[in-house]
Amino acid sequence: MSTTQVFAELAYWQQTGIRVGAALAAVLLVAGALVYMHLFKAVSFMQSRLGPMEAGPYGSLQLLAEVGKHIQKEDIFPAKADRFVFGAAPFVVLASTFLLVVVVPAGPDAWFIDHHNSDLGIYLGLAVSSVSVLGILMAGWGSSNKYSLLGGLRATGQLIAYELPLILAVVGVVIQAGTMNMADIVYAQANGEIFGLGIVGNPYILTQGVAFIIFLIAMQAELAQAPFDMPVAESELVTGYMTEYSGMRFLLFFIGEFATAGVFAAVASVLFLGGWYIPGIDPGADVMNLLGPLVMLVKIVGLTFLVFWTRFTMPRFREDQLQRLAWKFLIPIALANIVVTGILKVAF
Amino acid sequence: MSDFLRSYLTVGIFGLAGVALVAVFLGLGRIFRPSNPTEQKLTSYESGVDPTGDMWSQANIRYYVFALLFVMFDVEAVFIFPWATRLEFYKMFGLIEMAIFIYILLLGLLYAWRKGMLRWV
Repeated sequence: MSTTQVFAELAYWQQTGIRVGAALAAVLLVAGALVYMHLFKAVSFMQSRLGPMEAGPYGSLQLLAEVGKHIQKEDIFPAKADRFVFGAAPFVVLASTFLLVVVVPAGPDAWFIDHHNSDLGIYLGLAVSSVSVLGILMAGWGSSNKYSLLGGLRATGQLIAYELPLILAVVGVVIQAGTMNMADIVYAQANGEIFGLGIVGNPYILTQGVAFIIFLIAMQAELAQAPFDMPVAESELVTGYMTEYSGMRFLLFFIGEFATAGVFAAVASVLFLGGWYIPGIDPGADVMNLLGPLVMLVKIVGLTFLVFWTRFTMPRFREDQLQRLAWKFLIPIALANIVVTGILKVAF
Repeated sequence: MSDFLRSYLTVGIFGLAGVALVAVFLGLGRIFRPSNPTEQKLTSYESGVDPTGDMWSQANIRYYVFALLFVMFDVEAVFIFPWATRLEFYKMFGLIEMAIFIYILLLGLLYAWRKGMLRWV
C-alpha cells in the first residue's frame, strides 16, 4: 500500500490538519528562503556588498535573529488610532495569503484542496487575492496618520488598478485550457502540443507570452515592489500604511509581503510554466508527489528573483504614470489578447 | 456534508490558519515585550514635529473615481470566465457574442478615457 493510499484512509479532519500544517510550513519556509536569497544576498551582490554575514553560516539565520529582535519590541497603539481596525489589519493581510495558497497544487496528490472533487480553482484565487487590499486600507485608515492614510489610499488605487490586468491575463490561459481547475490546467499543459510537437508539452508561457508578461507586471504591482512602490515610498511617505506599526506587527506585514510574493509566483508558475510537470514524466505518476513540490520551488525562486531583480533596478513610478500604464496600456492589451486567443482557439 | 460545501470549509480553515499564525506571533510577543506607554510615544508620527489638524484628512477624488471604474470592469470580467471555459463548445457563436461584449467593454473604457477620467492631474 503506497503512502497516498494510507493518507486517503484518514478522516477529513486529520487530512485537513496535516495539509494546514504543510501549508504553514511551506509558506513560512518559502517566505524565509526568499528573504534570505533575494533580499539579503542577491541584492547585496548586485550592490557589491556581502549582506548579513554574522548570524549563522553566511548570515543564513539572520531572519531568525530579526524575529527574535522584533518579538521583544513594544507593541505601540497610537493614542488617536482606531484600535480595532489598527489591530485587525495584519490578521486580514496574512489570512489573505493563506486563502490564496489553498488553490495551488504541487503534485497529483500534493494539494491543499482536493482538485478532483471540488470546483475551487483559479477563480477563487483571484477573488481572495484582493482581500489583502482590505487589510492594507484598514492599516492606512486605522493608524490615524496622514502618511498612513495617503499610503493606504495609494495602495488601494494601485492594487485595484492592477487587479484587472491580472484577471484578464488569466482569461487567456483559461481559454486555452478550457478549465479553471488548477490541476487540470497543469495536465492540459503537460498533454498539450504546439503544431503537433509535444516533447515538452505546452507550457502556456509559449503560447500566452503576452499574458505572462502582463501577469508579471501586474504581480509586481500587486506586491507593491518597485517600480510600483508608491504606497510604501520610504523617502516621502515613511513606508506609507506601515508608518505607525512597530515591532512584531511590522514584521508580520513584512513576512506577509514575502509570503504573498511566493504564493503569487506559485500561481504564475502553475498557470504559465507548467506547474509541477517535468517533460518526460507522467504528471499523474506517484513520484511526482515527491518531485512536484521541488519543481514548484525552483520555479517560485526563479520568478521571485525576476520580481526582486526588477525591484532593485527600476526607479519609482509617479502616481499618474502608474495609473496610465494600467488603464491605457495593460488593460487594452489584455483584452486584445483574450480576443486573439479566442479566435485562434476556434480556428484551430 | 457534500464535497461542494466541504471544499469551502477547507478554505475557511486555511483562512483561520493565517489568523492563528498572527495570533501566535503576537501572543508570544506578549511574554517577551515590555509595555511602557508614554504620552510622547503614543502621538502620531509626523516627521518628528507635533502633529497638527485632523489625521483623517481629505484625499484626492481620483482614488474614488478609479475605484468606481474598477467595480465596473471587475463585474464584467466575472462574465468572461464562464465563457472562456466553454469556448470549445460554443465555437463561432460564442466568439462573436464575446467580441460584442468586449467591444462594449472597450467603449466604456474609451468613454472614460475621452472624459479625462484616466488622467491624473
